[in-house]
Amino acid sequence: MLKIRNLHAKIDDKEILRGINLDIKPGEVHAIMGPNGSGKSTLSAVLAGNEAFEVTEGEVTFNGKNLLDMAPEDRSREGLFLSFQYPVEIPGVSMVNFMRTALNEHRKYRGEAPMSASDFLKLMRDKKNLVEIDSNLTNRAVNEGFSGGEKKKNEIFQMAMLQPKLAILDETDSGLDIDALRIVANGVTKLKSPENATIVITHYQRLLDYIVPDHVHVLYKGRIVKSAGKELALELEEKGYDWIKKEFED
Amino acid sequence: MNVTEILSGLTEALVNTYQQHAATLAENHAAVVNRLRESALPAFVKMGIPNNKVENYKYTNLQPLFAGNFEFFPHADTDMHITTEAFRCDVPDLQSHLIFLVNGAFAGVSNKNNLPKGVEISSFKEFATHRAQIVEQYYGQAAPLHHDGIVALNTLLASDGYAIYIPKGVVIEEPLQIVNILTGDTDRLVIQRNLIVVEEDAQVRIMVCDHTLSASRFVANTVTEVFVDQRAIFDLYNLQNQHNLTTQIAGTYIRQKANSNVMSNNITLHTGVARNNIHVHMDDEHCESHVYGLYLNDKSQHVDNYVFMDHAKPNCFSSELFKGVIDDYASAAFTGRILVQRDAQKTNAYQSCNNLLLTSDAKVNTKPQLEIYADDVKCSHGATVGQIDENAMFYLRSRGLSPEEARILLMYAFAYEVVEKIRVEPLKEQIRTLVEKRFRGELDKCDACVLCDSKARTAGCM
Ligand SMILES: Nc1ncnc2c1ncn2[C@@H]1O[C@H](COP(=O)(O)OP(=O)(O)OP(=O)(O)O)[C@@H](O)[C@H]1O
Ligand SMILES: [Mg+2]
Repeated sequence: MLKIRNLHAKIDDKEILRGINLDIKPGEVHAIMGPNGSGKSTLSAVLAGNEAFEVTEGEVTFNGKNLLDMAPEDRSREGLFLSFQYPVEIPGVSMVNFMRTALNEHRKYRGEAPMSASDFLKLMRDKKNLVEIDSNLTNRAVNEGFSGGEKKKNEIFQMAMLQPKLAILDETDSGLDIDALRIVANGVTKLKSPENATIVITHYQRLLDYIVPDHVHVLYKGRIVKSAGKELALELEEKGYDWIKKEFED
Repeated sequence: MNVTEILSGLTEALVNTYQQHAATLAENHAAVVNRLRESALPAFVKMGIPNNKVENYKYTNLQPLFAGNFEFFPHADTDMHITTEAFRCDVPDLQSHLIFLVNGAFAGVSNKNNLPKGVEISSFKEFATHRAQIVEQYYGQAAPLHHDGIVALNTLLASDGYAIYIPKGVVIEEPLQIVNILTGDTDRLVIQRNLIVVEEDAQVRIMVCDHTLSASRFVANTVTEVFVDQRAIFDLYNLQNQHNLTTQIAGTYIRQKANSNVMSNNITLHTGVARNNIHVHMDDEHCESHVYGLYLNDKSQHVDNYVFMDHAKPNCFSSELFKGVIDDYASAAFTGRILVQRDAQKTNAYQSCNNLLLTSDAKVNTKPQLEIYADDVKCSHGATVGQIDENAMFYLRSRGLSPEEARILLMYAFAYEVVEKIRVEPLKEQIRTLVEKRFRGELDKCDACVLCDSKARTAGCM
């Protein structure tokens, strides 16, 4: 589904991704961990098409198509979804308007007619229930004045609405209280299918208790320096990153 | 010919126009109107058409816009028949009152028989002769004839416009809708003079729509004087949708009495050059006034809003909010003068002007001008100039919105606050749609703000 080969990216002449390789197949869950500043969010931003970063080398294919050639909106319409580490507040744009426009743009891309108002409202209602998001939030402007946790919930709500093939969850667990973490994680689990895949970026094992990864990778200084099964996350929780850094420096 | 000769030539040409038509203008007009012409003549000769050396017109030089061959008609001119027919609602039994003006002259009001007792909506000229007493009392009392060449010119050439008189205690529920049509085969100088009197405890909401129906060049000089008496409530919404060869100078001069409440909102959707002069004189205690504006310009369009809030008495409240979205190489200006006179203790006056520049060639000038002579006052002002937020743009695109859709959402998000201020729900709805259409590039010259019955579509022009 997703193939990353020797991906390099920089911002302001500072190289942040320095040769990433990663393969993701349908149905898989990959966890990416790694110390602060190692490039996890940069990797997700580059995959989502943020033009602030310049790709200097490498290739990414998504379901056989060259991802790096696509505009951000086309990546989304092709089924890529990024749950932002820091979702953006957009005063004046209502959640309803935003989601209706997004959904209809996806439909247009697939050659489908726009959704009727009643179908749309029903879909909104269903997905709101799925992620247990308060109706008050979806009646407001996009993320405006949302608490940290509410913003994260809203990301998962959008994911539920758009039903992506590949979801990248960038620290969706940070800022969530214990109940919200469970709700969000259950939401993600309910949305899983053998056809779609998930990349979970996190610092903590607790999210991985709910969303069990098939593979765990450690990103360090812009490279994936270690990959293993779900036990790696437990090991990192116990021992921290020092041993990996050491291994890498040697 | 050197520059000064060209400039004085403009004054001379306009004075000639006056002299040529003086007799016709004066004929059958009210004494006070003709009397003021006499003061207007020397005032205009002295001031002329303002250029950008005149402090209040610093950002808009009107002289080149007046230069050229413009026809002036002292009487209602041709094409008067395109009135209600042209801007007709699809539903015949219209509840609200539609008022039409063609090239500044009153052309009719629909549904006149349904007006509450004592309310008058008519041609200014007719009103001035029939209700001489009222016109004596108010005419020229609010517009600064001696301080603005444009007002002087308007007073000099004044003939018609609309007059609206709402007597004591009368509340008009449905908004009055005024449609101004500029039309004709030749370039026109249009002078329109309006008078609105809202007596004690009366209430009225007025929506003014400005349109152009032919491709000629137009210079429209409109002066509207408004007198809002004690406890009266008055709203004036002005929607400008005119073609790029139009210069619209719209002066609204409002005087308020105690406990009255005024709202004005100038929405410039499309116009070549728009200059709005909005003066509010709070002449009594406990006045409340809200002056809002939204301007959306592109190409070589230019919009200049000049607001003068005159707090003459204590305990009054004023708030100003202007927003602009400026595209291409268009330009805009905002001047917000707030005068708090020595007497005006406990004044609250707020002002803000925010602009969104869509290109690096788009320009805006903002100038707050606070003159405060009282000490117990709350005053604030702020002006911002920004660009589309790239983070928001990326966020929207990452959900599948095209850059165009995302831009439209963000532009609307920026502008909506001004639209939300509209106090008449169906009007707000209608204007929201028009603003969105404008952002989508789908606004038609025929799109009007006119509201028909709820089940009907909007009025259209042929
Ligand atoms: N816009 C930017 N301008 C300059 N440097 C940047 C920018 N964005 C990221 N960086 C730098 O790139 C490096 C990687 O940042 P990134 O956000 O990808 O880290 P991360 O692994 O997601 O960290 P965290 O765990 O703290 O979220 C950091 O050194 C960061 O300072
Ligand atoms: Mg990060």
